Amino acid sequence: MNNNKGLEIPDFSQSPIVDKVGVEERVERFQKRSIKNESKMQGLRMALSMIDLTTLEGKDTPGKVRQMCYKAQHLHDIHPNLPTVAAVCVYPSMVKIAKQEVKGSGVKVASVSTAFPSGQAPMKVKITDTKFAVDQGADEIDMVISRGRFLTGDYNFVFDEIASIKDICGNARLKVILETGELVTLDNVRRASDIAMYAGADFIKTSTGKIQPAATMQVTYTMLEAIRDYMNTTGRQVGMKPAGGISNSKLALHNLVMVNETLGSKWLTNEWFRFGASSLANDVLMQIMKAETGVYQSSDYFAID
Amino acid sequence: MERVEVLKTYKIYIGGKFPRTESGRYYTPTNAKGDALGNICLCSRKDVRNSVVAARKAQGGWAGRAAFNRGQVMYRIAEMLEGRKAQFIEELIFQGATKIKAEQEVNTAIDRLIYYAGWCDKYTQVLGSVNPVASSHFNFSVHEPTGVVGIIADESTSLIGLVSMIAPVIAGGNTCVVIASESLPLSAITFAEVLGTSDVPGGVINILTGASEEMAKPLSTHMDVNALAYSGNDEAVLKELQEYAVMNLKRVRSYTKDWMNSDSQDLYMISDYQEVKTTWHPIENIGGANSTY
Amino acid sequence: MATKKKNNQPVEWNYSPALESTSHVKLKDKYELYIDGKWVKPSSKKYFKTINPANEEVLAEVAHANDKDVDLAVKAARKAYKNVWSKIAPSERAKYIYRIARLMQERAREFAVIESLDAGKVIRESRDVDVPLACNHFFYYAGWADKLEYAFPNRKVESLGVAGQIIPWNFPLLMAAWKIAPALAAGNTVVLKPAETTPLTALKLAEIIHDSGLPAGVVNIVTGYGDTGAAIVNHPDVDKIAFTGSTGVGKIIQKAIAGTHKKSTLELGGKSANIIMDDAPIDQAVEGIVNGIFFNQGHVCCAGSRLFIQEGVADKVIEKLKHRMDSLIIGDPMDKNTDIGAINSKEQLDIINGYVKIGIAEGAEIYQPKCKLPNSGYYCPPTLFMDVAQSSRLVQEEIFGPVLTIQTFRTVDEVIQKANNSPFGLAAGIWTDKGSRIFNLTTKLRAGVIWANTYNKFDPTSPFGGYKESGFGREGGLQGLGAYLKMN
Repeated sequence: MNNNKGLEIPDFSQSPIVDKVGVEERVERFQKRSIKNESKMQGLRMALSMIDLTTLEGKDTPGKVRQMCYKAQHLHDIHPNLPTVAAVCVYPSMVKIAKQEVKGSGVKVASVSTAFPSGQAPMKVKITDTKFAVDQGADEIDMVISRGRFLTGDYNFVFDEIASIKDICGNARLKVILETGELVTLDNVRRASDIAMYAGADFIKTSTGKIQPAATMQVTYTMLEAIRDYMNTTGRQVGMKPAGGISNSKLALHNLVMVNETLGSKWLTNEWFRFGASSLANDVLMQIMKAETGVYQSSDYFAID
Repeated sequence: MERVEVLKTYKIYIGGKFPRTESGRYYTPTNAKGDALGNICLCSRKDVRNSVVAARKAQGGWAGRAAFNRGQVMYRIAEMLEGRKAQFIEELIFQGATKIKAEQEVNTAIDRLIYYAGWCDKYTQVLGSVNPVASSHFNFSVHEPTGVVGIIADESTSLIGLVSMIAPVIAGGNTCVVIASESLPLSAITFAEVLGTSDVPGGVINILTGASEEMAKPLSTHMDVNALAYSGNDEAVLKELQEYAVMNLKRVRSYTKDWMNSDSQDLYMISDYQEVKTTWHPIENIGGANSTY
Repeated sequence: MATKKKNNQPVEWNYSPALESTSHVKLKDKYELYIDGKWVKPSSKKYFKTINPANEEVLAEVAHANDKDVDLAVKAARKAYKNVWSKIAPSERAKYIYRIARLMQERAREFAVIESLDAGKVIRESRDVDVPLACNHFFYYAGWADKLEYAFPNRKVESLGVAGQIIPWNFPLLMAAWKIAPALAAGNTVVLKPAETTPLTALKLAEIIHDSGLPAGVVNIVTGYGDTGAAIVNHPDVDKIAFTGSTGVGKIIQKAIAGTHKKSTLELGGKSANIIMDDAPIDQAVEGIVNGIFFNQGHVCCAGSRLFIQEGVADKVIEKLKHRMDSLIIGDPMDKNTDIGAINSKEQLDIINGYVKIGIAEGAEIYQPKCKLPNSGYYCPPTLFMDVAQSSRLVQEEIFGPVLTIQTFRTVDEVIQKANNSPFGLAAGIWTDKGSRIFNLTTKLRAGVIWANTYNKFDPTSPFGGYKESGFGREGGLQGLGAYLKMN
């Protein structure tokens, strides 16, 4: 459902400007938070529960997807009471398989769409792509924006495209990938965030994972501030998903600190915050085991898929 | 029958105008031979006050002028002085100088103005700096005028001491209130007339005559004066100025230079009446290939 | 399914205490005076206690130097100047200063911990700001020692002799570095008095200076109160006074040295304006406001204590500022997560609270985040006063605490006038996206340091100091050398 109908659409060329050095300094402050003991354990468990376990490769097969889906529900069975991840994220062709595998676990299935990762396809193809994924049972759609159009200043095109995709998502939640590595400046990141939210995004997401740099804290912070302003103006809560490059617990905790202090605890659940990552889960698991056993861990003891 | 000469009325110079002292008082200094130099205004603290008001009013505009333009104005003063050279020499001789000394003094005064006129658009280049801070900021320091400067000119010279103190002060964008030599006031008044016919905006330079002892206190205690310049070697006077200056932390500079000496002019007399302003601004580093954001 | 429910419930996430370890820090019970390379008992036989303002516990006893002790220190400094320091090659002088910088870096963490214990300053700041900047200051000026002839074109420079230096309690080690480093580089010897509430890092620095092998008497550290400072100021054999502190004391010093030919630099008070234009990067400006006034509990001479917001964005900025203040953690300075630590002393807390009372009595709207302050120690929550008049005492006077006044404005002219309408002129902040406006404002604001789209940044290469009653002379950078040199 697009709950943005009737909303006054701002002039996106007037989106708030962002000073990059100031953002870097703010991010440093988050990074200086020292998360220890119970708060660390709480943060690590939160991080686990927020992961979108992802495989987005040309060589993906049903077998690979099944293994990942099992892992999504059984992160480390030696340890009781671990949460599952939030979702698995796959290509549309794998949605059906994934859906079967995670059935009843509460783990969602997210599908990328709209000619992911480049988005260089006609609108018709993007709609078909999305519709297919939704029909296959995807709970969430991760679309990409047309970065080329955005960079030429064609904000209306980008807005309309997102709104059109939102229309066919039905009950699936729409995550809009900005591919910030191609937008280059934080001013662009901010503007693209505003466009996505006003066009109906349920989540905004940094990256496809195919382009570097991806989810830097500076980018995520800029998007979090956009979410906060949007919430204050419209009253609608939008989720955030940094994806790509968050590979260890420390980074994940710093991201959570940033969410906590920028948006507040209302966002500290996998309904509103996700990590798009594949290798993060094991590092978090190792940290949890370290904290509980007092012994530094080896990756040999944690299943890779 | 000989023509009756028109005698000159000596006035003071405030805000570009030539009033007489508001006190209505005068004094009559004499030269070594005992000739009266004239009826000279014996200025009061109210003249000091009026001068500071004029100087403050002129300060922003003068500082805001292009440095190049300040240089031109100062060059114009020198031109006008050159044109009235004979009058200055005559007055200096009347006040007791030999002809050679008088000529030297006027020439040096003209050259001094030219010297500082040339500095106007150069001193910030020599004194300023770009500071390589360790963070991602552009940081630079520039010199800005201190503001209104109270000048107590050299008592022992009539023209060169006065010009040598005024020139670096105004070259740097300050305005000033000058207390002229009490015993040798004629050149100061004539210099004011030079200023009046050059392009110096009213209020940039204000010249008062009279008892330095009387005017020093209202000038050095004035809360709207930012700096004091003293030429002379009376330690008691200097100490008093320094004590009064404390009220609003005026910068106090003092000199015991021989102003006829070419060494007495330099860049650092300009920087004596400058404040260093340092500005920071972030640098957004978005490199192409090695962007790290 | 049970886990799903749990995952979706937002919960408060509070950070567990993350205390900096103090086990590696060595403090003596009692500190003597450091004179002529030796630890000397004070002839006054008096000692005073320095306490941790975060919990009011005594950290150490410190000698209280009297006239006689100061005289001893000045004599030692003079002797060292004449016999050693003015004679050795400038390049060798440089190497001693480099050595001090390195030794400080090696013991950086120890310095940071002691600074936080003694001053109430949060460990994050002493660790990441005070101590590294202090080390860097020595490093920067060390390199100048043998290059002085390049600093002032067409002038021959010469050292002054003995420098008497009196420093405040807000950045104890950093201010010691700002004073000692350029003085030594320029070839002077030093008698330094740290503030009575925060003497420990200067004394630790004395230990390091001793370890560095710096010739005896080149640096002397005498601890004490105002009378000790007065003894330095009035000592006839001191050539230069460098003071950082209040404008009131600065004036007393300046008066005392009138007629003596002692050179002086004064870094005094401020009431700096932080100006937010409607086209500013708002979120970064809010952070700049926070850094401007809550850095070091607001015990900063250049604190951005007068906030001016253009009317169109005032509500937004204030709302965001309050939100940001809510996330500030106030409490134990030794906790790595603390944002605002302890007020330096009970006296200072009383002063700050006095101003808060005035603000409330004047009817200004106050905002303080809901936070629990520790039971012992001296604390003040971050405080906003909104819609304050230019004529309010809160706007006119330096509070030196985490108290911010907010005024709105409509035009650039208006804000320039209001910003300059102060006897002080130390610093100013300006936030706008328009380059030409930045240059207009930075030119017209009468202050020694202008931060455009940033605030409270410091660097050894960057000259610092004020206009008007904020003092005179500059510290830092090439310009900072001039204060310690005679020019011929």
